[in-house]
Amino acid sequence: MVLELGRDLFFDYTLRTVALGSATLGVVSGALGAYAVLRKQSLLGDAISHATLPGVAMAFLLTQSKAPLILVIGAAIAGWIATLLVISIVNNTRIKEDSALGLVLSVFFSGGLVLLTVIQKMPTAKQSGLDTFLFGQAAALLERDVITMASIGGVTIIIMLLLWKEFKLLCFDTSFGASLGFPMAILDVLLITLLVIAIVLGLQTVGVVLMSAMVVAPAAAARQWTNRLGGMVALSVLFGAIAGVSGAVISSSAVQVPTGPTIVLSISAIVLLSITLAPNRGLVWNWIRSQRERRKLRIEVVLNDLYTLASQHEDPRHSHSTAVLEAMSAHRSNVRHSLRELASRGWVENVNSDEWALTSEGVIQARYVAGRGR
Amino acid sequence: MSSEVLEIQLIAIVVAVACALPGVFLVLRRMAMMSDAISHAILLGIALAFFVTADLTSPLLIIAAAATGVLTVSLVELLNRTRLIREDAAIGITFPALFSVGVILIARYAGDVHLDTDTVLLGELALAPFNRFEFFGYDFGPRSLWVMAAILCINVVFIAFCYKELKLVTFDANLAATLGFSPALIHYGLMALVSVTAVGAFDAVGSILVVALMIVPPITAYLLTNRLSRMIVLSGLIGVASAVGGYWFAHYQDASIAGSMGLMTGVFFALAFLFAPNRGIVAIARRRASQRWEFAQTMLTIHLFSHEGLPEAEREAHVNHLSSHLHWEPDFAQQVVRNAERRGFVRNRAGRLDLTHQGREMAQLALVK
Repeated sequence: MVLELGRDLFFDYTLRTVALGSATLGVVSGALGAYAVLRKQSLLGDAISHATLPGVAMAFLLTQSKAPLILVIGAAIAGWIATLLVISIVNNTRIKEDSALGLVLSVFFSGGLVLLTVIQKMPTAKQSGLDTFLFGQAAALLERDVITMASIGGVTIIIMLLLWKEFKLLCFDTSFGASLGFPMAILDVLLITLLVIAIVLGLQTVGVVLMSAMVVAPAAAARQWTNRLGGMVALSVLFGAIAGVSGAVISSSAVQVPTGPTIVLSISAIVLLSITLAPNRGLVWNWIRSQRERRKLRIEVVLNDLYTLASQHEDPRHSHSTAVLEAMSAHRSNVRHSLRELASRGWVENVNSDEWALTSEGVIQARYVAGRGR
Repeated sequence: MSSEVLEIQLIAIVVAVACALPGVFLVLRRMAMMSDAISHAILLGIALAFFVTADLTSPLLIIAAAATGVLTVSLVELLNRTRLIREDAAIGITFPALFSVGVILIARYAGDVHLDTDTVLLGELALAPFNRFEFFGYDFGPRSLWVMAAILCINVVFIAFCYKELKLVTFDANLAATLGFSPALIHYGLMALVSVTAVGAFDAVGSILVVALMIVPPITAYLLTNRLSRMIVLSGLIGVASAVGGYWFAHYQDASIAGSMGLMTGVFFALAFLFAPNRGIVAIARRRASQRWEFAQTMLTIHLFSHEGLPEAEREAHVNHLSSHLHWEPDFAQQVVRNAERRGFVRNRAGRLDLTHQGREMAQLALVK
């Protein structure tokens, strides 16, 4: 089964094309998405992808051509205008960014819809081919399309790598960058342009609605594993590519499962895995750490109580009963447990059946804990 | 006007107003994009309920879809609360995932039945009048008109009933919490309202146009007024205007009605963006220009005032000197002087400027301030 899939991946034309196309999409949107997420522009991707629709329709109306390159250029121009509109609305009015995004997204999309219905009714054109942009149609990808996607995407990524340092500044400290003399406003527009290109490349594969996930999800997953920009971009690219290929493979091996949504579900699964399992930040890791902290605190409380009691006596190793310690502790049920833990470390010893005393090592530890608390 | 044309417009108007009402609070609470998330995610609820009932007209669809909407909101909040993913990213991940599940379910199991993703996303208002609401053999008009009218009533009642609470929670959530209102309750109530409205509207206008109708009229109104009550009324009116305008635009262009309505909301926004009395681009530009002249005149009077009666006054008070002293272009200086003269602040005797009593007062006032 697995072997067969592997063989198909290399030799089956359709599957190979779809997988390569989806991988390209994952790589490019993963890379640029990392910046979008870091710059708190996650939903900009959603707005841009919806806003490309009138561009696609307009390009078709003007040229009467359905060549992907022409439609993609139209889409990119519309996406770009939409982004600039969002920025100018936010800068010139009191309207907040989320409203501006929603506005541009829905109004541009409406415009696109009007144009599409107009095209549909024209005698010259069959509209099919345009509505693939809505939901994406990975199965209809041709090798030619993939080569176009890969070359445009390649250029995008090369520009990103060449301006690595500048874009890093843009993400993390714009004013510092400006003070160093970098043209931050131009860089900002350039980075957004690259994002627009990345989004437009993916439209044919996953469509307008799901494209936002391909921008946000790989980057959000990658963010969990690393604190470095380089690592984040690399991981985001990797996750995007994995989601692309696995989405293509899964949808090809099941009946009537569209590729775009499958890719999106794959990347969502990666996000879920990342937020639960990632070291240092992940939910499991956090839970274990908080449990460890809690246990440490519980033990220290008992140790400290025992020390406080003993310091009332001449002998710092005077023994006391569990009941007394329980009375002092807020977590009564756990006192015995903590005492056993302390005993196994050799810090306390059981003197009588239910009486506990500090060992000399325990006294040192208790003084250390008490001193730290002060 | 045939009854069909009238009915479509009526539905459009009811949908527009029903969407604008909760939209006002979404915009004010900075949750505009939540409408986008909800309107997409409800596809899953509709698909699931459809599998259970196999009936697209079942009220269960509305309930299930509304539940999915609230589920979306809580998923986003859950992700956000882990503090691992920011809220906007959480929205951008959650709704495509739910939408994908919906699309796959429909593609796999619903085949070619009436339920398809195109209708959910785009809607077709022109078909709405064909689906009639019949009761004991009588025809009571289009079904979606009744559904949307009911939803509109729910929205009106909720907002009228909880107006004070909504206002408080929207503008000062902390105060609301201290006073004993539950911001969470109001929040989820509002989200449920948005979900129900989105479900009701989806088969009339499609999910993305729901976003247009929920968000654009309220932000247009937001540019026109500072009062919540006026904003609500204005949003409704703009919604109605977009609905009617959109219908006729679509009628003459032979285009999608829903798309035209969305486009119309955009046109109204553009008008407000440019020409709103106080916050429009034109008003801002004019205000800036008039402030520039005002400031220049004040500077002129202060300049003349500070040299008045002193030996150098002869030189300083000459029009030609202004360009070097105040760094004004000669043309600009001439213009300022002319304006000041017209308003009676200075007297111009062959280039020699003297303050009038009024001008002196203005300079003194400016210096004290």
